[in-house]
Amino acid sequence: MIKINIQKKLTSAKGEMLLNIDTSIEKGSLVTLYGKSGAGKTTILRTLGGLLKPDNGKIIVDNTTWYNSEQSINLKPQKRNVGFVFQDYALFPNMTVKENLEFALEKKQSPKIITELIELIELGELQNRKPETLSGGQKQRVALARALVKKPTILMLDEPLSALDYEIRFKLQQHILQVHNEYNLTTILISHDISEILRMSNQLIELDEGKIIREGKPSEVFNIKEYNAKFQFTGTIINIEKQGFIYILMVRIGKDIVKIVADETEGKQLLIGDNILISAKAFNPIINKIN
Amino acid sequence: MIDWEPLILTFKLAFITTILLLVIAIPLAYWLAYTKSKFKAIIETLVSMPLVLPPTVIGFYLLVAFSPSNAFGNWLDELFGLRLVFSFEGLIIGSIIYSLPFMVHPIQSGFSNLPKSLVEMSAILGKSTSTTLFKVLLPNIRPSLLTGIVLAFAHTIGEFGVVLMIGGNIPGKTKVASIAIYDEVEALNYSLANSYSLILFGLTFCILLIVYLINGGYFKQFYK
Repeated sequence: MIKINIQKKLTSAKGEMLLNIDTSIEKGSLVTLYGKSGAGKTTILRTLGGLLKPDNGKIIVDNTTWYNSEQSINLKPQKRNVGFVFQDYALFPNMTVKENLEFALEKKQSPKIITELIELIELGELQNRKPETLSGGQKQRVALARALVKKPTILMLDEPLSALDYEIRFKLQQHILQVHNEYNLTTILISHDISEILRMSNQLIELDEGKIIREGKPSEVFNIKEYNAKFQFTGTIINIEKQGFIYILMVRIGKDIVKIVADETEGKQLLIGDNILISAKAFNPIINKIN
Repeated sequence: MIDWEPLILTFKLAFITTILLLVIAIPLAYWLAYTKSKFKAIIETLVSMPLVLPPTVIGFYLLVAFSPSNAFGNWLDELFGLRLVFSFEGLIIGSIIYSLPFMVHPIQSGFSNLPKSLVEMSAILGKSTSTTLFKVLLPNIRPSLLTGIVLAFAHTIGEFGVVLMIGGNIPGKTKVASIAIYDEVEALNYSLANSYSLILFGLTFCILLIVYLINGGYFKQFYK
């Protein structure tokens, strides 16, 4: 159980902003922080990791106080057992993939974990390469593996998937879910992709200007009823065109752009840039086998 | 016949100065690169002073400070038996101060140019500051270290004013190559002055050339 109750004054592009967070995270859950850029998501992760000091408040993890402004407790990052995947990965350029993982070993820790992680996250072929020769997705996997070497209780990922193309992204989601379950982690990640959030996480915290505006189960927060047996996609509207009584929506779903028809009442509520859930319950799809 | 002693002395001085400077400059540059202290500007200015001050000014103040007739010099003399005026030890101290910016600046900018996330990640992974310094930071600023080492070395070879002020011109002790050249010119012994000068010119050219070739990646084609 992680209890976070922190206040911190931040200077953002728009001027001063007060980050004011009060929430708790169940052990073993996979939480997504969601919200516009500048809402304070990264700040929360950095504060949990001990890289930033809040002005006031408390952070308590499994009955251990990590931060308490009244008692002047502020554990150093070294003393907090967290794994962190930065947005820029922060792989050490002077070390190979394997050396990056070995660097993360604690004193007297058995190096068995390294072989295990290399296998689990499929780094075998990369292990003797330097970070500069890796692609974005590969660096990401190395950073994920390195974060897990010291067996953290909390794994934090700062927008781990946003820079990657769709297939690699899907693969990484699988890896994250896999290690989350395998190592009994409490995982906190930042994401902007609603379908990803729905697929992966069981708790959503939405932030705006330093405050939590919505919180709960992702499907409830996004007000998505859970139909049974259906096709369901989430996407972003990139164009709306009115044709007589109907609206033609151009929707980006993953890397594809799809045109769909909406009726007048639906069309009127929608704006370009809205995230929507498209689902169909009973229809006759064309099915082709792909090899 | 050319007397090799001044040249040997010059390189001995440059070598010792560079090693001591490296030990001093790494923590200093680290502090300057990462501190948020309000004294940073003052320390930075002091480190850079030798760049703009006439070497004779530094030499003069060191001469005054180290003189056994003054408090500090006297204290050194009585406590450690160390006489820094007109001695090789004094030259080392003078050279360290004189070449300090040439060692500190490249290392400091090397630290500053590394992404801050490397230091943060190392802390998250539970590593101490010294482990981070030796395993992560220093290996990643090798070109800056090399630049600092070589500039400090070459600059020490080329110093004249400071050496003359606090070292004087004692053969085998403080008579380094640059002073020997001056000496020979004074004695109208141009051919010997020319020999010393040519040797210094050639050596410093080679040293700097090697640094630029290494940092420019020229040698990479041979060992990749």
